[in-house]
Amino acid sequence: MGAVKARKLVALTGNDAVAEAMRQVNPDVVAAYPITPQTELMHKFADYVANGLVNTEFVLVESEHSAMSAAVGASAAGARVMTATSANGLALMWEIVYIAASTRCPIVMAVVNRALSAPINIHCDHSDSMGTRDAGWIHLHSENSQEAYDNAVQAVKIAEHRDVLLPVMVCLDGFILSHTLEAVEVLEDETVKQFIGEFRPVHNLLDTDKAMTFGPLDFHDYYFEHKIPQIIAMQNAHKVIDDVAREYAELTGRRYELVEKYKTDDAERIVVALGSTCGTAKVVVDELREQGEKVGLLKIRVFRPFPYNEVREALAHAKAVAVLDRSMSFGAQGGPVLLEVRAALYDNASVPTKGYIYGLGGRNVSPSQIRRAFEEIKEIAKTGRSSDEIGFLGVRE
Amino acid sequence: MKMKGWKELAIGGRIEEAGNAVEYETGSWRTFRPVRDDEKCIHCLQCWISCPDSAIKVKDGKVVDIDLNHCKGCGICAEVCPPKVHAIEMVEEAEFVKKESK
Repeated sequence: MGAVKARKLVALTGNDAVAEAMRQVNPDVVAAYPITPQTELMHKFADYVANGLVNTEFVLVESEHSAMSAAVGASAAGARVMTATSANGLALMWEIVYIAASTRCPIVMAVVNRALSAPINIHCDHSDSMGTRDAGWIHLHSENSQEAYDNAVQAVKIAEHRDVLLPVMVCLDGFILSHTLEAVEVLEDETVKQFIGEFRPVHNLLDTDKAMTFGPLDFHDYYFEHKIPQIIAMQNAHKVIDDVAREYAELTGRRYELVEKYKTDDAERIVVALGSTCGTAKVVVDELREQGEKVGLLKIRVFRPFPYNEVREALAHAKAVAVLDRSMSFGAQGGPVLLEVRAALYDNASVPTKGYIYGLGGRNVSPSQIRRAFEEIKEIAKTGRSSDEIGFLGVRE
Repeated sequence: MKMKGWKELAIGGRIEEAGNAVEYETGSWRTFRPVRDDEKCIHCLQCWISCPDSAIKVKDGKVVDIDLNHCKGCGICAEVCPPKVHAIEMVEEAEFVKKESK
């Protein structure tokens, strides 16, 4: 590992941390519309614009649908583009979220995770970003504000990589991270600038010397062919995300993997989770370890592309696995994380799983809920059979 | 025209060459075919200016042909042709198939 530069620790909320990363990235265009809990992120960034700390063209639009439309237009025109949203804002963007990915616009968007209506709610769950899991965006999840900052910087480099050229969502839990002050180590402006480099778009809509068409009509004769490179780009992202993380570790000493294996090597029972819940789960793992229980946590940092091989390898030796989902896929066997983990384990069906839904609409996640999951899966460890009953943590009957 | 495979295409459905819409032949979409009577035509060019597919071929200020490789058969040309002239008639494509199969 190369020399890690002097540490610069500052107190930042998750929203501040991402705004700080955006200031350092200094994107050409930002188009955004305010929505709780993303609002403060864009307030902060608007300050940077007003105070002349960035050269960004800041487009204040009338809705999120327009925010993503402006982002796609600017990206097609060769600009480095960032934005941010939450919940219903992301839902309103929906149509253009797909278009951003399939038009291969390397936009970076912070999604400050918030529950989708109804009933209307402003607090954290993952129903917003999970709904876009088939839209073609890369999804990075953040355990804390530090990771939100680090993910935001790395996201730019991942998105713009020639083998990828896909948009990236940097997900951070609403309020739990976005509004909580934490110590965050930030890089020097110059270091970020050099790390992400200059954006050199493959095509540029405004290049009149090489006029071309973006987003044309595409029927049964070519649409299918245009989807194949999009599939391959997402497959390529797997390696690129890891390469970028390795390079980032040389600057920071913080090595991010697609999944983080926390005390899983000899663990008999493993909890799988993503986002801020992983911090709570680590505390529970430490406590139970002190009591001699062989437990561990598998944190999923990259949800799209889903790291099937890494998940399979990390869980292969477990006697039982509890998968925690902060959103429900209505009509399915559980939440989206459970479905992916079970798919990853399909060839290794001897590892039994049980799915849990927790923390919907910002319901607090206590260590006792995670302890309960660890306790309950002792049963499936005995039988060796997956449970088809969905567990609910922290809900009143 | 040989159809390209995915390895030959630009990403994101982008079309790298400008002004190539002419290569996309839309004539097969047609249900009705415009049949123009050259003797009746007064070359007012109403059809030429109205055709959404630039399928009315004009030379030296006179209508000379209708490009059936691109004409989608919308019938606008027949509609804008002055009633007293009535030089364009829309004929069902099936009629031509019948003739050809005879």
